[in-house]
Amino acid sequence: MKLETHAWPATYGDRAQPRMGFFTDTSVCIGCKACEVACKEWNQIPMSIKGFTGNSYDNTVALGANTWRHVAFVEQTLAADAREGESLVAVAERQAAIDAGVHTYQEGDGLRWLMASDVCKHCTDAACLEVCPTGALFRTEYGTVVVQQDVCNGCGYCVTACPFGVLDQRKDDGRVWKCTLCYDRLKDDQQPACAQACPTNSIQFGELSQLRERAEHRLAALQDAGQRKAQLYLADEQDGVGGAGAFFLLLDEPEVYGLPPDPVDPVRDLSSTWGAAAVATVALGAGLLAAVFGGRR
Amino acid sequence: MGSNMAEQHPVGFQWVIEAKERGAKVIHVDPRFTRTSAMADLHVQIRAGSDIAFLGGIVNYIFDRDAWFKEYVQHYTNAPVVINPEFQDAEDIGGFFSGWDPETGAYDIESWGYDESSPEAAAGKAEQQTDVSGEQAHGAHGIKLSGGDPPHVDNSMQHERCVLQILRRHFARYTPELVSELCGCSQEDFLKVAQALCENSGRERTSAIAYAVGWTQHTVGVQNIRTAAIVQLLLGNIGRPGGGILALRGHANIQGSTDIPTLYNILPGYIPMPHPQSGASLEKFIALNGPTTGAWGNLRHYIVSLLKAWWGDAATSENDYCFQYLPRIDGDHSHYAMMLKMLDGGVRGMFCVGQNPAVGSANSKLMRLALAKLEWLVVRDFQPTESGLFWKDSPEHETGEVRAQDIQTEVFFLPAAAHTEKDGNFTNTQRLLQWHHKACDPPGDARSELHWIYHLGRAIRSKLADSEDPRDRPLLDLTWDYPLQGPHGEPDAAAVLQEISGMSADGSFLSSYDELKGDGSTRAGSWIHCGIYKDGVNQSARKRPGQEQNWIAHEWGWSWPKDVRILYNRASADPEGNPWSERKRYVWWDAQDGKWTSLGDSPDFPATKAPDFEPPDDAKALEAISGDKPFIILADGRGWLFAPTGLVDGPLPTHYEPQESPFTNPVYRQQHNPTRQTFSRAENPYHPRGGEQGAEVFPYVLTTYRLTEHHTAGGMSRIVPYLAELQPEFFCEVSPQLAAERGLEHGGWATIVTARQAIEARVLVTERIKPLQIQGRPMHLVGVPYHWGGVGIVTGDSGNELLPLALDNNVHISEYKAATCDIRPGRRPRGPARLELVEQYKQRAGVKT
Repeated sequence: MKLETHAWPATYGDRAQPRMGFFTDTSVCIGCKACEVACKEWNQIPMSIKGFTGNSYDNTVALGANTWRHVAFVEQTLAADAREGESLVAVAERQAAIDAGVHTYQEGDGLRWLMASDVCKHCTDAACLEVCPTGALFRTEYGTVVVQQDVCNGCGYCVTACPFGVLDQRKDDGRVWKCTLCYDRLKDDQQPACAQACPTNSIQFGELSQLRERAEHRLAALQDAGQRKAQLYLADEQDGVGGAGAFFLLLDEPEVYGLPPDPVDPVRDLSSTWGAAAVATVALGAGLLAAVFGGRR
Repeated sequence: MGSNMAEQHPVGFQWVIEAKERGAKVIHVDPRFTRTSAMADLHVQIRAGSDIAFLGGIVNYIFDRDAWFKEYVQHYTNAPVVINPEFQDAEDIGGFFSGWDPETGAYDIESWGYDESSPEAAAGKAEQQTDVSGEQAHGAHGIKLSGGDPPHVDNSMQHERCVLQILRRHFARYTPELVSELCGCSQEDFLKVAQALCENSGRERTSAIAYAVGWTQHTVGVQNIRTAAIVQLLLGNIGRPGGGILALRGHANIQGSTDIPTLYNILPGYIPMPHPQSGASLEKFIALNGPTTGAWGNLRHYIVSLLKAWWGDAATSENDYCFQYLPRIDGDHSHYAMMLKMLDGGVRGMFCVGQNPAVGSANSKLMRLALAKLEWLVVRDFQPTESGLFWKDSPEHETGEVRAQDIQTEVFFLPAAAHTEKDGNFTNTQRLLQWHHKACDPPGDARSELHWIYHLGRAIRSKLADSEDPRDRPLLDLTWDYPLQGPHGEPDAAAVLQEISGMSADGSFLSSYDELKGDGSTRAGSWIHCGIYKDGVNQSARKRPGQEQNWIAHEWGWSWPKDVRILYNRASADPEGNPWSERKRYVWWDAQDGKWTSLGDSPDFPATKAPDFEPPDDAKALEAISGDKPFIILADGRGWLFAPTGLVDGPLPTHYEPQESPFTNPVYRQQHNPTRQTFSRAENPYHPRGGEQGAEVFPYVLTTYRLTEHHTAGGMSRIVPYLAELQPEFFCEVSPQLAAERGLEHGGWATIVTARQAIEARVLVTERIKPLQIQGRPMHLVGVPYHWGGVGIVTGDSGNELLPLALDNNVHISEYKAATCDIRPGRRPRGPARLELVEQYKQRAGVKT
């Protein structure tokens, strides 16, 4: 498994630690929001009351400068994979999901209520970090991506660069704030606050390579149990961000949870873009030269 | 059922998730689709207040399919016991059991007793009736055992008056058709639940039932739980691993505050509070309250040890161990009775500690009006709550009903320490005590409860030090001498635990309640906790990680009694003492060593009592229990399918409609639980009953509940920014169909009206709330989380304002879970117009005031 990033572990030499990450298994998330609260408590995030949204039980809306863990609530009454004319009970029975003890649609009405805790992905190819002009964003010895608030000048480049909309500025001070994967706690051999608070082990913290392995097993078990749409999200080095340090097990397509289906690091193709630009410049220059000097011939 | 475990007990719910991962089937039966339903394999929606019918249907199914665990039922329950020939079932006399007295509105329970039981039965009953609290009697008074058995037992269980046959007849009516009609679920869904329970019970498998206040907060609360007990006993699911009935308590440590009670009618360890009828005599008290057989047969040991713990050397055999120092209760002094007495000017002062009745209690307005009649009020909480600020800020100020300058109550606010700021124990839902160490000092003037009550006692004692008045002796003679620590004189919590655990006369620590004596040579503050400081070690502070032990994790914390993790675990072995199956091996008889042994739990049975032991006829206490009767707390050692005593509303559960219901009772002409406690007065009006003129004015079913994000009346959560922002506004949940019917807009405002109050809430339209078809017409539910009030970072109207006081008379808990209401779009009127709106509704409905 290739988990190297541009900077990690090479630049750290002997000081490099194993790459740490989150495996968020949404199939066992009960939507208690303990992760949101533990995160805010530990990181002393300012209160940000957004009022009643009417969006199921979600009143913190999205990840942002003051919400570094966010639990999405998705209420649905349609089985996404029901065959035409097939009742939802039939779908459930066909999948033998009930006997296996894991399924999402209820018998009867086919109602489901998905819950999933979202967080900064700590991408392998992290655009935020690459566009940061001040070096405020950096790759830590754990392979995670952290903002140094004393360096950030609030330019906001990273905000537009992040394909997940994670990075966000605080209106009152202009700087960007996001999940640090509890960098301070990691240095004290503590797990991040959200993972520690999660009662059902939906948020698992650990060495990324081990988490990926565990996730594969969990996915296989769910698929065997009839969860045909269960999938890992951001666990593939070939995806648009080179895989992520915080990846997810979803029970349906990412869009169902409000996650981008095919996120791409916007600066991933920068070198080839600049290369092409250079070629074009050279070609243009040559053409001009040809036009100027050729005309004199 | 009756529980939203994922939302209200998320930490405990991790074990449900783990069980599910290992193949357990999780079924949620509830009026709402909650976060618990989302994690369940099957959610069955039923009408609020129809639980007995659903469970009764399961009992009927068990008999119908012959699925009951015959050997278990015959040996371990009272199924073979023949009942008094005078007993008549509610099925036979129109919804009343025999003994109903319309004059007193109470039952004479004589006819519910075991056949040929001795006349001394009347004694226990007398005290029980005058107090109307079931806890006054610890059961089976007057059951005269011979050879460990009640006088008339038919082991073939064919006698027409034996409990099994009575049970079979009683529940025969609860067919799948009736369940569907009454509860609103489909027959198929009901049958799936019944089938799953039966398939997963027996020798090889067990099923557990978890409930919470969704069962207790009804006028039939206790009988809801009784029905579950009948199901679990018939299926052989009690006292066995993976079985049981899990009473999920309403808050952290509510179990602890019942065991060492903050209740008016019991002393530590469920010893009844003496009644004037007990007179001054300890002997008489014991005769009235303690059966002679079973674990309560040693009531004398328990209460004398308690009296010695409290009054030390002052308690002697000559003065009945200061028994006369104990207060006597002369009636119902439960929460609502107390508040009503307060409203009538009969209470001068109140300590309001960790409670917020101005938001949390039903008919909250009545609570605030009552508080205004106090001379003084002490509120101990983290921050001032609605109950502390009622005098200057309340809905009644807004409507002009009260003015601050007219309220004479002097209010004191005392800041409280959080659990992280003090040492102490949490007792969780399965009686497990876990010690927590202080992490930091409380801020400012905040102090622990222990500090407050100790120093209050010290101050009072010093004021009374020179008193010659005999009525001050109980206070002056108290053992009130805990070691103090730190700059603020914090009493040592471990010393209190030592006193609770108990010591013998020479000061050595006791290890179990078996060692308690009735002659004053032992002292223990709570007999059920005896041994928690065994060997001078705080057993509840043991924290050996689970992964270093087997799954019982016996070295994590300590559970009462005797560190027993599964209560009545003798039932995990068959009558001969062998495990029912290898798979469910837990406690068994080791014939070679002549003792009970286990996988790692403490056997909840006399250690060396052989399975074939038959007690002599004159045996007393635990001696009188046979070797094959696991339920040692009861006088006959049997699990009670039929409750001959202990309940005020019937020996068997049966369906009654809630106090407020849009429907008529399809089972009996008797609409309600006839023993329910109601208070007809202007401040507490009731809606017309289902079918009556005016009931249509309040056509919807109302249920109040809590959310993960807040804690009860909000005093601990609305003041915390990170919790406040998660559920920032009071809202109600309605179905799309009801929203269409009443023109409610998602995200907009609605006004919910009852005869008590009109409140406004944001509207969450969700398909998780589903209309049900009941008696041929749709039933709509209005779901109301009740956490908000006028104080805190986030504020709003309180849901419990809507509810009437209608109580289960066994335990005086109010029916929070089922009432009726109307809902209309838009915000409620301001000022006096709010009262006018409620008045209009009352007139339209013909509500008498």
